Amino acid sequence: MKKFLAVLHARNMEFLRDRSALAWNLAMPFLLVIGLAFTFSGGNKDIYKIGIVGGIDTLSRVAPELHGTRHILFVPYDDLNAAIDKVRHHQMDMLIDVSSLPKYWINSSSPNGYLLERIIWGSGGKLFQRQAVEGVEIRYVDWFLPGILGMNMMFSCLFGVGFVIVRYRKNGFLKRLKATPLGSFQFLFAQLISRLLLIMVITTVVYSGCNLFIEFNMQGSYWVLLLVTTLGATCMISIGLLIAARTASEEFAGGILNAVTWPMMLLSGAWFSLEGTHAWVVQLAQIFPLTHMIAATRAIMNEGATLSQVMPHVWVITVMSAVFLALGAYIFKWE
Amino acid sequence: MNPIISTTGLVKHYPGVVAVDGISLAIPKGICFGLLGPNGAGKTTTIEMLEGIHLPTSGSVLYKGEPLGARYREEVGIQFQHTALQEFLTVRETLELFERLYHHTIPIPELIELCALSDILNRDTRKLSGGQRQRLLLALALINDPELIFLDEPTTGLDPQARRNFWDLVTLVKSRNKTIVLTTHYMEEAYALCDQIAIMDKGRIVSQGTPAQLLSEHFGDVVLQIPKADAGDKVFDLGLSIGEAADFLEIKTNRLHHTLQQLIENGVNLDRLHIRAWTLEDLFINVTGKSLKS
Repeated sequence: MKKFLAVLHARNMEFLRDRSALAWNLAMPFLLVIGLAFTFSGGNKDIYKIGIVGGIDTLSRVAPELHGTRHILFVPYDDLNAAIDKVRHHQMDMLIDVSSLPKYWINSSSPNGYLLERIIWGSGGKLFQRQAVEGVEIRYVDWFLPGILGMNMMFSCLFGVGFVIVRYRKNGFLKRLKATPLGSFQFLFAQLISRLLLIMVITTVVYSGCNLFIEFNMQGSYWVLLLVTTLGATCMISIGLLIAARTASEEFAGGILNAVTWPMMLLSGAWFSLEGTHAWVVQLAQIFPLTHMIAATRAIMNEGATLSQVMPHVWVITVMSAVFLALGAYIFKWE
Repeated sequence: MNPIISTTGLVKHYPGVVAVDGISLAIPKGICFGLLGPNGAGKTTTIEMLEGIHLPTSGSVLYKGEPLGARYREEVGIQFQHTALQEFLTVRETLELFERLYHHTIPIPELIELCALSDILNRDTRKLSGGQRQRLLLALALINDPELIFLDEPTTGLDPQARRNFWDLVTLVKSRNKTIVLTTHYMEEAYALCDQIAIMDKGRIVSQGTPAQLLSEHFGDVVLQIPKADAGDKVFDLGLSIGEAADFLEIKTNRLHHTLQQLIENGVNLDRLHIRAWTLEDLFINVTGKSLKS
């Protein structure tokens, strides 16, 4: 017991004296709670999103019971075809057009769409006419896949590179390398390429393996998809290198990595569409490379987007990668 | 002879601490130079400035008469006091990794033989014993066939047998006309390996020279150790410089023949007399007023 308490005390003191780690451990959950509270504020934790063409006021007259149902976010749209596309791509769970005879659209593979259909039947929408979504319906799994793979790449790249370099620095391996003619850029570049090869091979194996059973929708070019995912992974690794450029504290690095990955995980559209959320949240999401990677891969896979069509995303990711890598190499310290 | 490495007025400050306080050294080529001192004396900080790992706050380090430049990394070998290696690699793979970092290298088979690594070549570096690990680290320090080798407390934590094996290795390396800069707090190690030593205390060099020179400079006398039971009471009346240890007396004298005669004439039994030579430990106590192990 004495030994246990001695070790416990020593560890507590170590933690408390590592001020940077302590500050992050305190600040991170605080910032997360505040951020989420703002993002999903308003007291109505909306679970479903229904696009409305023809005005939300009209809906409230036509189907007041549905309009009054809690936990549904109604998003007004003017362009019917654009709104149908949102349903097709799982960015909206349902679309209701009340400009003439009320009609609704759902994606037949959407679990939320299925539940909303039951909800409108029981809340004054029994007479609404169900319409087929024009064109190829995007299955839920096809919408979800780029997000899942993107998130996996993000975690592997950020933590895999960031933590490893911090550990090397902490245990003196970087100091040993510093005593050799190896340059810092050579070292960092080797880390980048190593992780890039690893993650690309893993992602390809996961995709190919799952594709044998699920047969993912792939409308575009595999080469463009490879380019986008390679650039996206490069960008994530560059962020990992930047975070690990100086710190020797694994706890501090862990705090920073969490601070970067959590917002990306929540706001990049990996799990759910940001359709209908505050405009500033949508704007904020644009600073995350994962947002661009997922948007581009979804466009390539589900809509057959060409390289020129996803070029804006490619440029953003490329510029971010260059900036993060250059900054990481510039501030890098062996010790 | 021009020194292979020299320093002038080397100073290193850390917040609130002067770790190294104006050290000037000139180390000739081909010798083993020992930097001695207790923990916190500034040995590691000094050697790391010589290695080019840390920049001095002031002062200069010259290698072959020139400031440390790009070629320095190619021409020196370093064994740090604490070093981790890339995990999940074998000894051979680790040698190959470091071999690829240099332009000019010793052939790996030669290095394996020199550092006696053949039995552990395929062993994971995490599973090496202390002695095996130090031999590998020495091999890594030698892999670029350096002219100048830094060994920072290379035998700390090793058992006596492993330590002696390591000394043999260092002696072998030295015989290849390499210059070795060694830090240690083992006096017998310094005595066995070093041609010149500098004793550091509180960031300064307090004494420097060959071990024999320093001992002769600081100690002109010898110590006679006689068991208390054999000495009798008369010995205290002879006007000798006598110190008392646990169960024997220590008599310091620079007139050995005369002192021995005095003792015999006064009936002191010398059957168990022991004449002790001064050691570097004594020297350190003499110049700093404290023990090296403190």
